[in-house]
Amino acid sequence: MTTVDGPQPALAAQTLQGIGVCPGVAAGPVALMGPRPQLPAGLPDVVDGEADAEAAMAALILTAEDLERRAAATAIPGAAEVLEATAMIARDPSLEEAIRSAIADSVPPACAVDRAVEGFRTMLLDLGGYMAERVNDLDDVRDRTVARLLGQPMPGVPERDAPFVLVADDLAPADTVSLDPERVIALVTVRGGPTSHTAILARSLGLPAIVACSEAGSLREGELIEVDGGAGRVRRGITPDEASDANRREGLRRAARAASRGPGRTADGHPVALLCNIGSAAGAAEVAVVDAEGVGLFRTEFLYLDRQDAPSVDEQVALYTAAFEAMGGRKIVVRTLDAGADKPLPFLDQEGEPNPALGMRGLRTSRRSPHVLADQLAALAAAQQATDAVVWVMAPMVATAAEAKEFTDLAHQHGLPIAGAMVEIPAAALRAGDLLQHADFLSIGTNDLAQYTLAADRMAGELADLLDPWQPALLDLVRMTAEAGLAAGKSVGVCGEAAASPALAPVLVGLGVTSLSMAASAVADVRDALAAVTLAECRELAAEALAGRRPT
Amino acid sequence: MALREVVVGSRVGLHARPAALFVKAVAEQPVKMTIRKGDGAPVDARSILRVLALGAKNGDTVVLEADGDGADEALEAVARVVAEDHDDPA
Repeated sequence: MTTVDGPQPALAAQTLQGIGVCPGVAAGPVALMGPRPQLPAGLPDVVDGEADAEAAMAALILTAEDLERRAAATAIPGAAEVLEATAMIARDPSLEEAIRSAIADSVPPACAVDRAVEGFRTMLLDLGGYMAERVNDLDDVRDRTVARLLGQPMPGVPERDAPFVLVADDLAPADTVSLDPERVIALVTVRGGPTSHTAILARSLGLPAIVACSEAGSLREGELIEVDGGAGRVRRGITPDEASDANRREGLRRAARAASRGPGRTADGHPVALLCNIGSAAGAAEVAVVDAEGVGLFRTEFLYLDRQDAPSVDEQVALYTAAFEAMGGRKIVVRTLDAGADKPLPFLDQEGEPNPALGMRGLRTSRRSPHVLADQLAALAAAQQATDAVVWVMAPMVATAAEAKEFTDLAHQHGLPIAGAMVEIPAAALRAGDLLQHADFLSIGTNDLAQYTLAADRMAGELADLLDPWQPALLDLVRMTAEAGLAAGKSVGVCGEAAASPALAPVLVGLGVTSLSMAASAVADVRDALAAVTLAECRELAAEALAGRRPT
Repeated sequence: MALREVVVGSRVGLHARPAALFVKAVAEQPVKMTIRKGDGAPVDARSILRVLALGAKNGDTVVLEADGDGADEALEAVARVVAEDHDDPA
């Protein structure tokens, strides 16, 4: 972007602008996500084969020990298995042999590690899709070992003793395995959009976060910054006093929010269920803390990610039971496995697709692997029987009434009485009335619905304006779905990120939405926003928004 | 040289967790061991990367070979891991 104003170095250097994706303020030192180590361009002249081999082996063993230590320490479900499998590669005698043989050819140690890994990489890639996952583990071992040999910083999420602001180019789902919410107080990424993994992760942890902050690349390790996740602003060059002041004021704000209680309703008493989005059994505990009425979206992907094979029915029953028990009799809406697109899984037999967002994802994966869905429904039914939670199930990426019927019939057969469909595809919104002849309820996923309605990749930070949930075309589809629900006497909720916006929540209610499901950290603000307006005012706000006017 | 032929019992084949369990079991044995699929070249059974690269699927026959004291017992123990279905929910 060009500017007609002259340069304003003093001021411009102080503030960086991005897109705020999780409100809240936090100040602390920057810790940079470790980049992949760079191999030296030229080869050194003198090579001491013996010492080089010993150095490479020592680095490899340290990598293995580090991974094993993290595997033993992690509390994140599934993470230990991933880390242990990676450690096993670092201890592989064949890898060791290949490194020694490269060093014997006068290749310096870091390059020898790279060359040895490359050989196995090619071998695994040649074997096809199922093995591709292991290539990431192999790359991780190489990067960590090479970084150690070259004295470069460790790649990945940094480890620090004191709390820090994590600054990264972008975060991948796998990075969440090593993200410790005790240490990370805010997130800033150069890339990513409002519905990227970084944003969703930040909201689920209640961490102030900014994405698409193009100048964040200029932030230095250890530099003190203040992150305002609501305004999307990073303030740099602050003093330690200013930092602790900002954190103290934020603490007061959070305490005030924690005092907000009770069911959601407008100023004139129209009820709107306020629910939470959770991604693990542990998240269920948050629901009671913020006094929400239940869970409107229980994402079950975390059970399946980073695994080579599907979790067993028993394993699933145990996890679902733990989540249901934490509900204390409240309602919980479980979304069945939403894999595919940006979340590929090896056991679903997803071959390379030219356009994965339009391919085998969500409910569609059950066309090829019906047993994965059947196992999940069986496990959910068993867990439901073991607890007193009110369990609803819904399928992601439903496009047609026939698909809705197939899924709801299957769920009912498994003994799950309330089964519905997500509305993420424009076709489903346009035909919401047909879907509701079979589905017991609908839930609108505004992130994907925006992506498919505006034809804008939800990960594309540059297209953030098209993914804006205020787009009238998106709101039109919400209105059509809500009206179909009203006509059928069935509930229509919103569980996308739009529901977490205090400004948009009254609009959604005015469009006829009956429940809003959001990150636990957003419940108090949305509750307060609804309590300030009447249902008639919500409808006026909705009419304004449909006309393309948004409040300023 | 002691030799054992085993049919892979795991429904996902000798991949992922079953492969990791296999390599762990091999590492616990006092003797060196190789594994090959059919008439393929034998590879070091302690190498997770080589074992994965065999691409042994459910129902494939693999051949384990070991030498020295305790070879028979070692093969017996490891063969059990190969034959078992680790993904059976029951």
